[in-house]
Amino acid sequence: MTIETTTTGILALIAIMTVVTLATRFGGVFIMSFVRISPRIESFINTMASSVLIAIIVPMAFSGDTGAVAALAVTAALMLAFRKPLPAIGAGIAAAGLVRYWV
Amino acid sequence: MSVASYSYKLQPRKVRLEFFRLLPISLFVVAFGAAFGLAATQKGLPPLDAILMSTTVFAGASQFAAIDMWGNQVSVLPLIAVVFAINSRHLLMGASLYPMLKDVSPGRRYGLLLLLTDANWAVSAQDYQNGKRNLEVILGGGLVLWLAWIVGTWLGVYFGGLLQNPKSLGLDMVLGCFLLAMALGGKKSPRVLVAWTVAGLASLAAWQWLPPNTHVVVGALAGGAIGFFWLEHQGTEATDETAAAEEGAAQ
Repeated sequence: MTIETTTTGILALIAIMTVVTLATRFGGVFIMSFVRISPRIESFINTMASSVLIAIIVPMAFSGDTGAVAALAVTAALMLAFRKPLPAIGAGIAAAGLVRYWV
Repeated sequence: MSVASYSYKLQPRKVRLEFFRLLPISLFVVAFGAAFGLAATQKGLPPLDAILMSTTVFAGASQFAAIDMWGNQVSVLPLIAVVFAINSRHLLMGASLYPMLKDVSPGRRYGLLLLLTDANWAVSAQDYQNGKRNLEVILGGGLVLWLAWIVGTWLGVYFGGLLQNPKSLGLDMVLGCFLLAMALGGKKSPRVLVAWTVAGLASLAAWQWLPPNTHVVVGALAGGAIGFFWLEHQGTEATDETAAAEEGAAQ
């Protein structure tokens, strides 16, 4: 099934994307409202939460260029050393820019 | 617990505070939005439609992917599959906030979720790990991120030439660095480190061998499984009792 990108077609496509995205925003909480939160479930939720971050970042590092790797490495190092997010993020972004400028 | 009592009261002052706390990162979101606006117009999406999409969808990576599939006609099922796969991380993100969200009324609960996105969720999840309940950042931070995304798209649509190559400035790494900083700022225990290792390996394996865009959910669930089977040893007796009760219930 395809939709032509006419004026109404585009609106329909945007509506479809909106509904699908909304379903992902609402779905997790909706399902959880039927689950009894035992210590085991809470432990699952907490570990899963930080694992989301790792699961986004690790493939990003492996598929990224040298600049991407430099950015993540610098951010990680500064964050572990000083625990100040903003300087760590700023330095990471600068590292990506610099490495890409040089390489 | 009684159904009618919702103990979490959102504090307006804290909402404003979180709005300004996420303002710096939002400036980078403007740059991303501009890149999206430019890409959208180059693919032939009319300016107002691009801005409308950013306003109602508000999920950058999936919008870029959709624009990639754009043409004179668009196949609906692949579009749905790609948008769902990329945004399926929201399912887990929302679920992880449930221990807090259950304490606000359903209307507010789903209202807050309208603004759920990576950056404000990461702050809220990290605060929760550190023992602070912070739904205000979902609202305040979400608002500033949403506005930044719309303004950025608008800039990109009309003045796209301003920022031809955001990658050369490292701007594509803003979100990655932000999420990494949030992860490393959280609580670390042997259990968490094992979960992260498993999550990292599983996401890499999924990225390599499973359909595209499934790696985040696969990695996160694998990491969560560690938490499910390996409980933190605080109040061992209570934990053992529940474990025993659960085993009993399972039989």
